[in-house]
Amino acid sequence: MRRFNLGNLLSEALRGHEGWGRQWRSPEPKPRYDVIVVGGGGHGLGTAHYLAKEHGITNVAVLEKGWIGGGNTGRNTTIIRSNYLYDESAHLYEHAVKLWEGLSQDLNYNVMYSQRGVMMLAHNVHDVQIFKRHVYANRLNGVDNEWLTPEEAQAYCPPLSIDPRARYPVMGAALQRRGGTARHDAVAWGYARAADSRGVDIIQNCEVTGFARDPATGAVTGVETTKGFIGAGRVGVVAAGHTSVIMERAGVRMPLQSFPLQALVSEPVKPVFPCVVMSNAVHAYISQSDKGELVIGAGTDQYVSYSQQGGLQITTHTLDAICEIFPRFSRMRMLRNWGGIVDVTPDRSPIIGKTPVPGLFVNCGWGTGGFKATPGSAHVFAHTLATGEPHPINSPFSLDRFRTGRLIDEAAAAAVAH
Amino acid sequence: MLLITCPHCGPRPELEFTYGGEAHVARPADPSALDDRDWSEFLFVRNNPKGVFAERWNHAHGCQRWFNALRDTHSDAFVTTYPAGAPRPESTAEDVR
Repeated sequence: MRRFNLGNLLSEALRGHEGWGRQWRSPEPKPRYDVIVVGGGGHGLGTAHYLAKEHGITNVAVLEKGWIGGGNTGRNTTIIRSNYLYDESAHLYEHAVKLWEGLSQDLNYNVMYSQRGVMMLAHNVHDVQIFKRHVYANRLNGVDNEWLTPEEAQAYCPPLSIDPRARYPVMGAALQRRGGTARHDAVAWGYARAADSRGVDIIQNCEVTGFARDPATGAVTGVETTKGFIGAGRVGVVAAGHTSVIMERAGVRMPLQSFPLQALVSEPVKPVFPCVVMSNAVHAYISQSDKGELVIGAGTDQYVSYSQQGGLQITTHTLDAICEIFPRFSRMRMLRNWGGIVDVTPDRSPIIGKTPVPGLFVNCGWGTGGFKATPGSAHVFAHTLATGEPHPINSPFSLDRFRTGRLIDEAAAAAVAH
Repeated sequence: MLLITCPHCGPRPELEFTYGGEAHVARPADPSALDDRDWSEFLFVRNNPKGVFAERWNHAHGCQRWFNALRDTHSDAFVTTYPAGAPRPESTAEDVR
């Protein structure tokens, strides 16, 4: 791998940028790996990167059914924040934000993490109360978050309408200044490139169709794939919306339901929108990409589906709200919309850790908000795969919590606005 | 938007309906006899197939009655809908084409 630096950039500029080479290899699978990661999204590729970098485990394969970053990593609205209510969540997402802050340097790849601030609007007295509680809880956990009056909110985000007669009046906002956005494709590509350079095999167009188990212990000994059998010491499933489908092949039923989640972008315009604004009450979030498109996210459709598309009434509802809060966008033209499949847990918190099958680990249940956690999720999951035990940060996020009752109920706090 | 055939009212747009999750999940007859594992299975674990799924719908802005449906979650195409309480109809792969 040629590193991106000033010297290499200048020398390549002189010869027409023909010497960069491929950013990662396309190897055929080896007969056996120490660790196999099932799923080549940001979380899976990041897991491989941290396995190699932090734990020295380089005999690793990432198996991807389609192409890397082609699922939810490439479909989300790229919002990053860590202002979660409960201690467990705050620690997990803050771990991720701290890694985001150094990620471009770590990967030698510009993931364009832009800390433009994430502002969550309060539209009624109950919003005000719960957001203030969030602000205080976040500060106790060392997570930056502050309360803004409507005037301060408008000063931070000038397109915001704070007309008190509005259908959704703005009564204040919670602002996390360290939050923002990143370039989603670059996250997948940067992790892939960094992992590949340490010897990780990234194998695309390779679907896992079954698991081989040791007859005596029941432990996983490898995976059946569309490219044949591949042996493995440990297997980590990071398959987002398809986790239930994969885990079913290992005989494990998961507390997950898969729903479509839609997003859309407008035609690109000049910079008009300086930050990320979310409104839990009206199911809308919006930011402007560096290309100039307004990036808008909706809530999930109501029914279980793997179709990667949803109903137009969901996006219409979101656009109604966006136009009400930001009247200047009422004549923007939308360029395209799409759907991804998100795996939702009963308590809206992820599952990261062991499964009942020895040697099989799972990282799933990120629901509508996994992108923001990519580095943190990958980091603690790599620790779990390397040591066989969860990292202190992800130990509360066990599959077992649904049996013990120690749920991390972010449903009220984060069900919509991820 | 889905076009959903209410068994009582006929085809109506999805806007008239609310979703009820998986159908045919029976509450255990004697919950206190269950251990924590089985109880959490009942509370939290649901089928989540990529294929035909039995689910509940409520015709909230219509007859307000609950009914069940078989739908292919890959294509979102309905196989059939049937009244609540009726057994799950047989479905084959042909049904979802």
